[in-house]
This record gives sequence, C-alpha cells and structure tokens, in this order.
Amino acid sequence: MLHETETPNTLLELDDYRVGFRTERGLAKAVDGVSYELHSGKTLAIVGESGSGKTVLNRGIMGLLGSNVNESGSVKFQGEELVNSDRQKFWGKKMAMIFQDPMTSLNPVMKVGKQVSEPLRLHQGMSRKEARHRTVELFTLVGIPEPSKRFDEYPHQLSGGMRQRVMISIALAIEPDLLIADEPTTSLDVTVQKYILDLLVEVQKESNMAMTIITHDLGVARGRADEILVMYGGRVMEHAPAETLFNEMAHPYTSALLSSIPKLDDPKHTRLTPIEGFPPDIVDGPDGCKFAARCQYAQENCLNELPDTTVKGDHSYACFYPIGTDEGAKAFASNAERGHTAAGLKIRAKEEVI
Amino acid sequence: MAGSGNNHLRENTDDTLLRVENLVVEFPSGRRNKVHAVSDISFDIMEGETLGIVGESGCGKSTTAKAIIQLPKPTAGKVEYQGTNLTELDKEGMRQQRPSIQMIYQDPISSLNPRRTVFNIVNEGTRVWSTEHGAAQEQKVDEMIEAVGLDPREARTRRPHEYSGGQCQRISVARALVLDPKVIICDEPVSSLDVSVQARILNMLQDMKDEYKLTLLFISHDLSVVKNVSDRVAVMYLGKICEIGDGDLIYEKPTHPYTRLLLAAIPDPKNKHKDITDILEGELPSPLNPPSGCRFRTRCPRATEKCAAEEPEFRQIGNDDHWVACHFPHIEDDDLGPNDEISWPPDRQE
Repeated sequence: MLHETETPNTLLELDDYRVGFRTERGLAKAVDGVSYELHSGKTLAIVGESGSGKTVLNRGIMGLLGSNVNESGSVKFQGEELVNSDRQKFWGKKMAMIFQDPMTSLNPVMKVGKQVSEPLRLHQGMSRKEARHRTVELFTLVGIPEPSKRFDEYPHQLSGGMRQRVMISIALAIEPDLLIADEPTTSLDVTVQKYILDLLVEVQKESNMAMTIITHDLGVARGRADEILVMYGGRVMEHAPAETLFNEMAHPYTSALLSSIPKLDDPKHTRLTPIEGFPPDIVDGPDGCKFAARCQYAQENCLNELPDTTVKGDHSYACFYPIGTDEGAKAFASNAERGHTAAGLKIRAKEEVI
Repeated sequence: MAGSGNNHLRENTDDTLLRVENLVVEFPSGRRNKVHAVSDISFDIMEGETLGIVGESGCGKSTTAKAIIQLPKPTAGKVEYQGTNLTELDKEGMRQQRPSIQMIYQDPISSLNPRRTVFNIVNEGTRVWSTEHGAAQEQKVDEMIEAVGLDPREARTRRPHEYSGGQCQRISVARALVLDPKVIICDEPVSSLDVSVQARILNMLQDMKDEYKLTLLFISHDLSVVKNVSDRVAVMYLGKICEIGDGDLIYEKPTHPYTRLLLAAIPDPKNKHKDITDILEGELPSPLNPPSGCRFRTRCPRATEKCAAEEPEFRQIGNDDHWVACHFPHIEDDDLGPNDEISWPPDRQE
C-alpha cells in the first residue's frame, strides 16, 4: 500500500473495551474489558465458543452495533479514538469486514459485479468502466473462473465458495489497512476453506494489511495466525503467539476447549472430554472468574475474585491457578482429593468421563 | 464410471445388517437432463458397526442416507436390510420396517415440530407403534428422555424453542431411540453445534450405541469427527465412493488422490498429510453431466487418458480392509497384489 510508511506500527489498540446491551433484565455485558494490540501485517485469531463475545467485539470495533449499546473503554485505530464516534468514514478504505454467511450477506437482487464495483466508484471515484475493469481483476485475484461472465451474475447463480470469494473481493477492493474476517470459512468444505485461507494470507503479504480472523476452529487459528486470543464470557482468557499458546498453554479453559475436539491423530473411538456445564449468564454473571463454574482447577477465591492478567513477555493469561505452575498443580490436586471443585463440579478420574 | 465393482463388499452373512448394492439415485432436471446424485455405489454394514461417510457438499452423502429409508425410492439398486430388499417392498411392507431404521437430522431445531411439547415429539412413534398403552408407554418415553440427559417432567410442558441446540439434538436422539431401532442414520448430527457441545453429543451417541446395541451410518463433512466415531470409513466424490475400509488405515495411508487432498486440506499444522502439495484444480463438475471414466479425473493431479476412458474398479490394498477405486493409487510396491500394475508415474512402466 502507498501510505505504508506513514502507518504507525500499532494499527489497533484496545484498552479495557466494553460493550453492553441494554435489556429488560439489565445490562448484558457481551464484551467485558478486552485489551490487545494489533500490528500492521500481522494476523490475530480470536477463538471461543458461541456466545463468548468474539463477534460482538469486532462488530463493536467496526461500529456496526445498534443504538441500544453501551460502549466504554478505548479503541484506538491509527491513533484515533473510535469508541462513541462515527466510524463510517473508515469503512472500506481503512477497515473492512467479511461476514460469516456468504448466502445472506450479499444482496440477492443485485449483480455480484455491481456489489463489488460499488465501493470502488463510491470511495475511489472510478468511472463505471474503470470499476468494472478493476472488479474483473479482483475476481481473477480471488480465483473466480470466467470473471467477466460472473460479473453479470446474481448471487444465487454461484456456489457457496464462489460467493465467499465475492465477499472477499468486496473487502479487498479498497485495500483496507485492517480486515476483520468473521468465521470466513465456517460454512465451506475443507478444500475450499484451504483455498480461501491461503488467498487471504497471500493478499495480506502483498498489502501488509492487518487481519483479525474470528473462528472456533483451533486448527485454523494455529495454522494461519501469528497470535491467538482466547475469549470466554466476554473476557480475554489467554493471549499468546500461536505456537506458544499450544506449547505453553496456561489457562484451563484453553486446555478444556482443545481437549473437546476430536483429533486426527487419535485412534478411532477415542473418548472425547467435553466441557461440563454451560456458558455464564452475561447479564447477571459470576463475580469471580467467568470460567470458574466449569473449571477443574477452581478454588474458593476463583468464585469471588476476578483474576488479574499475568503477563510473561508476549504471553498473557487471566488465571489464579494456571496449568504448568505449582499453584495450578496444587489446586488440581486438592480438588481431586476432595472429589469436586470449589464450585461443586465433580472431578472425574482420568478414564471415567461422563 | 469412477469406482465400480463390488469387490469391496464382504461376504453376505447373518451379521450383515445392511447391504447396499449398485445404488443409483437420479433426479429429473429440465426436459431431458438428469442429476446423477448417486451413481452405482455399494457398501455393507455389519451388526454393531459404524460406517462413516465423508465427502464435500454435493457428493451425495445425504441422498444415499435418504435412499436407504426409501425417501425417495432409489432409481436402481438394492437396499437389503436383514435380508429383505427394501426397494421391492410395498407401502405397508416398508411401513413395518421403518421403526427399526431411524434417522437423526442435521438441523436440530428445524427438525422438531415447534408447536408440540417435547414429550409429544418423542411419544409420537410409540403412540403409533407401541404394543403397550397408557402409563407403561409413557413411562418408556420418560425413561428415554432421561437417558439422553433431559428432565422428563420439563419435557411434558416445554417446546423445542425452550431448549438449546445441543439439547434439541438430544431430543432427536431420544425420538429415534424410543422405538428400539437397530440402525440409526445420522446425517451431520453435530455440524451445527459448538465444539464442547459436539463432544457431549458424540460421547452420548457412543454410549447409546453400546447400551442399545445400535448400528450407525454416520455422515459428516468433518474428517476428524468421522474418524473418531467410525469403524469403517467411505470417502465419496460426486456420487461415487472412491475409497472405503478401516478408518485408521485410510487416515494413516490414504491411497486415492482425492482422499489425500481432502486430508491435506485439514487446517492443523500438526496434520501429517500437510506436506502433500498437489493442488485440487478447478471446481466440482456438475452432477448433470459428470465426467466420463473416473469422475475425479478433471481435478486429479495423476489423471491420464486411461482415466477418461475406463472407470476404475475397486481393488484391495495388501490384505487389509482397505479398498480404492483408482487406476493410479498411491501405493507402495510391497502392498501391490500380483495382478496390479503400477503405472504411476507413467514412465515407470518402460
């Protein structure tokens, strides 16, 4: 990109960012104090179960939430404060978003070519002819066969993978500095998923844009991201460079999430370890650690106190009894001895899983 | 066509619960065209076994499942269940068989009637079929709801929207199991669920299978899930089976070029197949006009003229339960049979 040199290295900086929805029962704290930094040219993956606040967080950054939200804290994008300000001027040019469902996020009664060329004409003042030319170029870039024929087709004439490629070409049309991809490949087959992810990484290398990938697939996160942020109940549980997260996993939630997924290396009929219990209520949630009720390590103080974030170099986590420390080992041993955690969750012996 | 022959079928014994032979499902499209959804596939499932079917969307997995329960009746081929050919049964004959072959669908919420209570949903089958009536029948329904981990008292008054996706999938399982079926066909039962819920449902299916001695046909596009639940795995592409056999063998040493590409695409850096650099070219061909010979040839890195002219037959790899339909599979020389020619790369023949 042309203005690459003047872009500060830290593109996005969140400090204690909170998003609450006003509901009849009170404020639903969907994002509850999130802080992180994202640098140009880097990819951050945000993982977590549904309802962990990952989508709301990013829609909040983009300014796409409705009017009944309470935003607080700080989000600085290229040094400019975004919270409670109009972010529409950034859309397209500075930041763009790819949505999860390519079936519903394209306009069904508008030709796909027009949907891609619209931002080009709007933001870059291209003529109709120039915009068409550039759109065909973009279609070629994202691997759409017969791009000039596809220009005049409607979304229903394209397959799911093709529609997602159209979405990506819309997001890339103006070469944004920040691209947020919300589950960009969840509804796609593995072979198409691989193509789309490779494509995003390739485009990123060329343009030095920063990317946030929201996903629930830890494999995608590990393979494509520089850093991984694990969210639960609207809070950051653990944040580390991708390989560090897997090799020096500290938070019990990260570990629980990983062990609930069937792994390709395991022999058939390997028993899975689900996470017991349910995600916390975000309106009237627990005072202490959000994960305490489902955590095998939970002690009495986890239920009442919110753990501070421990920072060790580029690895940070919010837990009193992290895995791989003496405190963690002791907490687990004492829970195993009494047969349940402080929250009353039964500790299962290694082989006996419910 | 790709993957013909029935060499891979095992001997038809008393243990063979379900045997599908040369199943063809075609749908008319327009005046003269036909969608070749499933073309001449065969497989068998022994009692107590789990067969997993994997493949990308549009490969005919769900059509195969529906053809087994005759919804709709397949265009050609045989579906033998405990020795009875289901395709030849009349309406009443098929109705008598239905309780023993049950299905669990993909979307847990839309496959339950939103206007009925959960108790009524689970009770429906027993109301029609049960020999017991009144309290004994209702007790059975309550027990089944409890067995899948839900509260039977709540189920009397609650409707599906009051339950989460995972709980709705449990209700589907209860509805399927209450009639004491022998076979459960699971069509993507966990693909709309969160990972932690998915683990619970998969564990529950395994428990139910052990407890009620079930035989499962498990369909999914998620290769890790299929590997976990299945004894045998069949890989489908464009209405054909390309590779079938023991799950561990197929995942350890995939021999069909398509299976290899599928496994290589799994986004896990520890994936041992990630070094496979072959690229899956192009798009899935239209099932209206599938390629001649091997259906995968248009996208296959190994395809030659032979692949266009001749459809490969299933061949066994070594002496294992591992079968592949490919002219040029990725086999090491030790695993070749006496009649196998190794002809890849083509110049090795000379």
